[in-house]
Amino acid sequence: MRITQHPILNFDRGKELHFTFNGQPMTGYEGETVAAALHAAGVKVLAKSLNLHRPRGFYCAIGNCASCQMIVDGAPNVRTCITLLREGMRVETQEGKGKIK
Amino acid sequence: MRELELLIIGSGPAGLCAAISAASSGAKVLILERSFQPGGQLIKQTHMFFGSERQYASHRGVDIADILLRRAAEFGDRIELMLNATAVGFYEDNVVTVLKDEKEYFKIKAKSIICATGAFEKSLAFPNNDLPGIYGAGAVQTLMNVYGVRPGNRVLMVGAGNIGVIVSYQLMQAGIQVAAVLDAAPRIGAYLVHASKLARMGVPILCSHTIKEAIGTDCLEAAVVCRVDQRFRPIPGTERRFDVDVMCVSVGLSPLNELLAMRGAAMRYVPQLSGTVPLRTVDCETSIPGIYVAGDASGIEEASSAMAEGYLAGLCAAAGLGHVPEDYGARRQEYLGQLEDLRSGPVGDRIRAGMKLSAL
Ligand SMILES: Cc1cc2nc3c(=O)[nH]c(=O)nc-3n(C[C@H](O)[C@H](O)[C@H](O)COP(=O)(O)OP(=O)(O)OC[C@H]3O[C@@H](n4cnc5c(N)ncnc54)[C@H](O)[C@@H]3O)c2cc1C
Ligand code: FES
Repeated sequence: MRITQHPILNFDRGKELHFTFNGQPMTGYEGETVAAALHAAGVKVLAKSLNLHRPRGFYCAIGNCASCQMIVDGAPNVRTCITLLREGMRVETQEGKGKIK
Repeated sequence: MRELELLIIGSGPAGLCAAISAASSGAKVLILERSFQPGGQLIKQTHMFFGSERQYASHRGVDIADILLRRAAEFGDRIELMLNATAVGFYEDNVVTVLKDEKEYFKIKAKSIICATGAFEKSLAFPNNDLPGIYGAGAVQTLMNVYGVRPGNRVLMVGAGNIGVIVSYQLMQAGIQVAAVLDAAPRIGAYLVHASKLARMGVPILCSHTIKEAIGTDCLEAAVVCRVDQRFRPIPGTERRFDVDVMCVSVGLSPLNELLAMRGAAMRYVPQLSGTVPLRTVDCETSIPGIYVAGDASGIEEASSAMAEGYLAGLCAAAGLGHVPEDYGARRQEYLGQLEDLRSGPVGDRIRAGMKLSAL
């Protein structure tokens, strides 16, 4: 899902980073958000809605709508569209409201 | 609690210009930006901008963001930019609460505050509109132009205004198929230069059409569209199905300014400005002295007017704090003049009407 050729833009991808999604190993690049790295790997369902448990993907990609909230390194309700990927991150699908520890 | 002179919320063109303008008068400024990257909507725009030379027309949006950031950097520590910092509350005593890095929470108090928070993309009501694969057009633009990730393989664009048409073209530049662009209006809303590029590339633009439903289980698999009559009612029997894995909703933006409402600024719904907006003086000051608004947060226009409003709000906020430059009068007239030019002529009719309704 990555764009390699583009008439105007050059994508200098940073270092390769390793993270897990629901326990599965994944790779992404430095400088991209968690949501972008997941999308590039073909993962579109990021969360389940509160009441009807319907699948949720990102919607605004600028931190405005909360549609992309996931559990990151154990913390729920992280807006993954504005959170940069880091080496070793643990990313999980969020079901419901999430618990604050 | 940190106390400061001037706080600017948002680092889009309006916020950056406000900071540059206030700092050049001698004020010390802190800018809060919720993203890890400054520049607002500009950073995803790869097309040449319309407008006049003063607002960097015929530059690409991304390059304008770079120019403004370099200018802001020239002021050294007079402009501080705090990234990953979302303003989440705004209280009577001018205390703003901030969520930093999605975990730290603290307060900032400022003598004067400029709200330059931009806008959010509107959505549409139709069955299954919440399926993953259905995104705001701006979100798709961010994904592909900032991160170089394709949203999918085949896209249906809902909305033939400037954003819908420009993003459709950019999708094709990234090698993604655009099945069709539709709009409920009988005519294309976008500038013709952009629309005819699409038409030349063979993308059907279906006017008087709307989205009837989305189909899919975990993600979008198809979309059904239909014709509408003159009163925008769907015409039975005109349904068409498109097999698409992405739908972009591009039905306009609304001003993002709940923080000002929370602070108690007088607000009003003004359809010409695309939503609820704060009432303000010609100098962009809201009903609360020392609290200003600039850019899309004050009504949906363009980057050019967001910049001019930013410069004006920054100048006036700094003056209110006692930083009155020698050329204050001339600069104020210059920015007011730029705004008048940008809002002149028949294209500006709506905005001028909106300005009257939101004037203090
Ligand atoms: C596809 C597209 C094409 C366009 N083409 C043109 C064109 O050709 N010419 C033109 O003049 N204009 C164009 N525009 C419009 C232009 O981009 C916008 O009008 C302009 O960016 C508005 O500037 P702004 O500073 O008000 O808001 P924005 O650029 O939206 O910036 C607002 C900033 O505030 C931040 N923010 C919001 N809330 C908070 C908070 N609570 N705490 C901290 N930070 C916050 C946001 O993250 C963002 O960075 C286009 C827009 C789009 C989407
Ligand atoms: S997609 Fe809207 S907040 Fe992340």
